[in-house]
Formats: sequence, structure tokens, C-alpha cells
Amino acid sequence: MTAANTSRRKPLIPARWAPYVFISPFFILFGAFGLFPLLFSIVLSFHQWDPVAGVAGMHWVGLDNFVYALTRDDWLRKAMFNTLWIALVSGIPQHLVALPLAWFLHRGFGRARNAVTGAYFLPFITSTVAISLVFSSLFSKDFGLVNAAFASLREVPVLGWLVPGQSIDWSQPGYTKWMISAVVFWRYVGWNTVLYMSAIQTIPVDLLEAAQIDGASARQRFLHIVLPLLKPMMFFAVTLSIIGNLQLFEEPFILTGGTGGIDQAGKTAAMHMYAVAFMDGDFGTASAIAWLLFMLIAGSTWINKRLLGGRR
Amino acid sequence: MSAAMPAAAMPGALPARPRVTRERRGALYLGRAVVLAGALVMLVPFWFMFVFATHSNSEILSMPPPMWFGGSLGDNLRDLLERLPTFWWNLGWSFYVAIATTALNLFFCALAGHAFALLDFAGKERFYAAVMTTMLLPGFIFMVPTALTMSWLGWTNEHRSLIVPGACGALGIFLMRQYIESAIPRDLVEAARLDGCSEFMIWWRVVLPLLGPALGTLALITFIGSWNNFIGPLVVLRDMDRYTLPLALRSLQGSGQTPWGAMCAGAAIAVLPLLVLFAFTSRRLISGLTAGAVKH
Repeated sequence: MTAANTSRRKPLIPARWAPYVFISPFFILFGAFGLFPLLFSIVLSFHQWDPVAGVAGMHWVGLDNFVYALTRDDWLRKAMFNTLWIALVSGIPQHLVALPLAWFLHRGFGRARNAVTGAYFLPFITSTVAISLVFSSLFSKDFGLVNAAFASLREVPVLGWLVPGQSIDWSQPGYTKWMISAVVFWRYVGWNTVLYMSAIQTIPVDLLEAAQIDGASARQRFLHIVLPLLKPMMFFAVTLSIIGNLQLFEEPFILTGGTGGIDQAGKTAAMHMYAVAFMDGDFGTASAIAWLLFMLIAGSTWINKRLLGGRR
Repeated sequence: MSAAMPAAAMPGALPARPRVTRERRGALYLGRAVVLAGALVMLVPFWFMFVFATHSNSEILSMPPPMWFGGSLGDNLRDLLERLPTFWWNLGWSFYVAIATTALNLFFCALAGHAFALLDFAGKERFYAAVMTTMLLPGFIFMVPTALTMSWLGWTNEHRSLIVPGACGALGIFLMRQYIESAIPRDLVEAARLDGCSEFMIWWRVVLPLLGPALGTLALITFIGSWNNFIGPLVVLRDMDRYTLPLALRSLQGSGQTPWGAMCAGAAIAVLPLLVLFAFTSRRLISGLTAGAVKH
């Protein structure tokens, strides 16, 4: 009925342009501050450029920037390794925790559900910088709370064996990535939980009740009904994690004081790109790195689509 | 009409409490205890941010660290202002940028959402798909070229280099289209059109007043995003007195003894507005942020 209503009425002359005027702000802004910078960045990645000399200072170098970044930039290789390491170590537990947590929050809590969910979600909306600064104090070697917690856990039988024997210097290369991963996990686990909860809420209750009447246990219902129905959301949430984790910047940047830490053990690919551009002033190579990272993200997303993405 | 998908995504739409048998009750309580303990762990950093904000450096550096509030908040604030004389400016700039970005987003996104939801025009779905695609572009790719673009425009160090590019976000258009499609009665719009109202007046007089909840959600999301933005200011703002809050706080990190108390006091001030907002609006915020995910 709505279709008949709208199609019969031929709009007046100015009204014909109204929709385009209404949507134009997005396209004008995206053109100027999205599309143009992107195209410029592609051009830049094939040039060597001294910004002081203006546009005239650009020299075409073909694929040199890419070749340099891939073959001779040892720090990039290290940063890529760090990025993948942190992405996996922080990303996989996020989903392993978030999915069952979402299910339990949905089923096991009554009125308290929103408050508890809020507690898990809160880190996601707080300023990364503020909270990373707080974390850098919690992770201090001699007075940090994390080490203090480990020290008291050491007194507990059995559990104590799992805890390192002495205070950890989290700024040492062997531990920096663990620290960053912990903060990233803390920040995003609630976001993933909420994503899964929103999908769980769309599962028809009668389906679960029917299974229950047929004698399916809670575990069977979770494994054979809930999980398969959540697959599209798993695909979506993992995609978001891949895109987010591979461009990780703020958390490691603040936690390592902007440097990447000792031996650059906590430097991610995006941080390396930032340093190449704004510290070294090599915008051409930085653009090449950006597109290499983009290809890595696109490739990972594609693999994820093959693994988890169904018909869509 | 296939596109309209009403509030199925809203949390709590379905009765979720299971019928609990007696033998399952033990497992349920254990599970609740674990989940609650986890929730407390999530809140620990916030707790210590506020506790440390009220302690002197030497107290924070003692072992074990303080667990409860102390009396040094005033000293820490003085220390903060001494190390960061521009602090109140930075706080003000953060509010200015966030409020301006939010206001522009509400205006432009509601306008575009109106067109996508209520008007028929050639290429509509193509345009909409283009808008949605931009959401998938990873932000880091814009870092270098944005800084250069802003410097060409002479917008380096200007707050408009943060406000203008973010004035009409794709997520906002998405939220507005969804809401307008599900909540605005078409008859009302048709009636206004029959009365000879121009399309802009229909939007302004008829549609916009009915968008309250969606505008609230979008305002929250935009404000928080702008308030927390770090990378944007990092590449375009140069001078301390132009910094927004995250950038200013970060400058406290430096060589020598870190002023933990002052830093936590500053962090607490940066986080407090969000905590207050979140306390009152968490459900709406969460459902707004996840709405896009469910639709996909």
C-alpha cells in the first residue's frame, strides 16, 4: 500500500532534487576527506616525496617503496610480526570468552543482566588514552597492581604454580606484547559479548523450548542450536576483530610511551607507519606500508569469509 | 516491504529466563559467581584510576598500593595544572569538538536518513550501498593522507580539521534510515506532502520531531567517538593549547618520574563524563552500536 502511495505522486520540480540535496553532505565530505586522501595515498605510495618542496618534490619511483618495505625494512617485518602476535593472542580469547559469556548473561541473569553487561561493555566506550595511562601504572614492575596480585596468588596452593615466581618487568621485550594483549582483550571482550547477545536475542524461544521438551540438555542446545544460528554473527564479529586488531595503534602507542618499547617489542604495523611518516618524514614509504597492511587486512578478511562466512 | 525491520534487535525483547531444575541451580549460581567476578575485574582499572587520583606519588609507589581513597586529590590537581597549564583549555576543546561534531551529525545524518527511508530516487540503493561500504574502510589508511590534506588546506592545528570530516558519518545515516523506516507513519508524510509542504519542511516539521530516540542514540555514539578520538588530533594538532584532552593527557607521559597521581586525576576527569553518560544510557547506547551488526 505504501508503494502505491509513493509512486503515484509525481514530485514537483524542486522536490525531484530534494533527495540528492539531502544525501549530498555525506558524499561531499567523503569525497573531500575520504576519497581524495585515499587516492592521493595511492599516488604517494609510488613516489618519493620531500613535502617541503611541495608537489614538485615528488619523484616517481614505481614499486620501490613497496620493495623497500617488504625486503629491507626489518622494523616493518618485526612490527608485522608483533601485530599478528597481538591480534591472535588478544583476539582469539576475546571470542572464546565472549560467546559463552553472552549466552550465560542471556540465560542466567534476570534483572541484573543489563548492569552486568554494562560492566563488561564499559571499557569499550572509555578513552583508550586515559585507560592505557592507568594500565601503565597497574603494569609497573615494582609497585604495579598486576605484580602485586601475582605475588598474593603465589601464596595460594596449586594456583600459585601458574604464577611467575617473581615480579615481572612488563617493559621487557618478552612481556610487552602480553601486556598489550591483556589491555586489548579487556577493552574489546565486552563489545564482542554484546554483539553475540544481540544475535542470541533473535533466536526464537520456541525453538529452544521444543528442543528442551525433546530432552536436549543445556549443553546440547547450546552446541547444536545456538552455535549454528550464531554463525553469521561469529563471521561478522571476527571480521570486526580482524580489521580492528590488525590496525591496532592507540593501546600499544600509549602503553609503550609512543616508542614501541624496548627493542620495539610492542610496535605494531600501524605504529611503524606512523613513525615512518611523521618521525622520518618518508610519506611515500609510509603510504606503501599502509597499503600493504590494507592488503593484509583484506586477505585476512577474505580467509575469514571462506572459513566462517556462509551463503552471504 | 522487505527493508523495514522493526525493533527486533532491542535487548530484552524475548523472555529469556530458563526454567531452572533443582540440580541445575548449583551450576547456575557458580556460573553467576564467575561472571560477576569477571565483571568486577573489568571495573578494577576504573577503581584504581579514581583511587590513585586521590593519592600522592609516594603512596602510589608503595607496596602494596593503596586500595581506598586518600586525601591528595587537591595536590594532584594542582600538580596536573602545573605540568599541564593548558588543561582547562584542552578540556574545553574536547567539549567543543565533540558537541560540534555531534550537532552536525544529527543534522546531516537525519537529513540523509530521511531521503533513504522515505524518498524514491534514481540510484538510491547504489548510493546507500556506497555509504555502507565506507564503514568497512580501516581508519589507519587515512592517517597519512589526512594529515597532508589538512596541511594543504591550512587546517593544521585547527579544530575544524576534526569537526568537518566527521560531520556526517555512515553509521549515523544507517541508524537514521532504520529508525525512520520503522517509526515514521507514511500517511503522515503523505498528508504533509498533499498539503504542499516542501520536502525540507516535511523533514523539519513532521519527521525530525519524531526522531527523538534515534537522535539521542546517535548523539551518544558520536559524542563518545569524538571525545575519545586520539589518532585524528595526533596527526593534525600541533600546539599544546590546541590539544584535545586525550592528546594533552598523553603528553604527561615523558622522560623522568611519571606523575601517577596527577595523571590518574586527569584520566579520571576525561573518563568521568562518559561514566555519567553511560550510567543513564547504557542500554540505548549498546543497542544503537550493535544495531548495524544485527542487520548485517
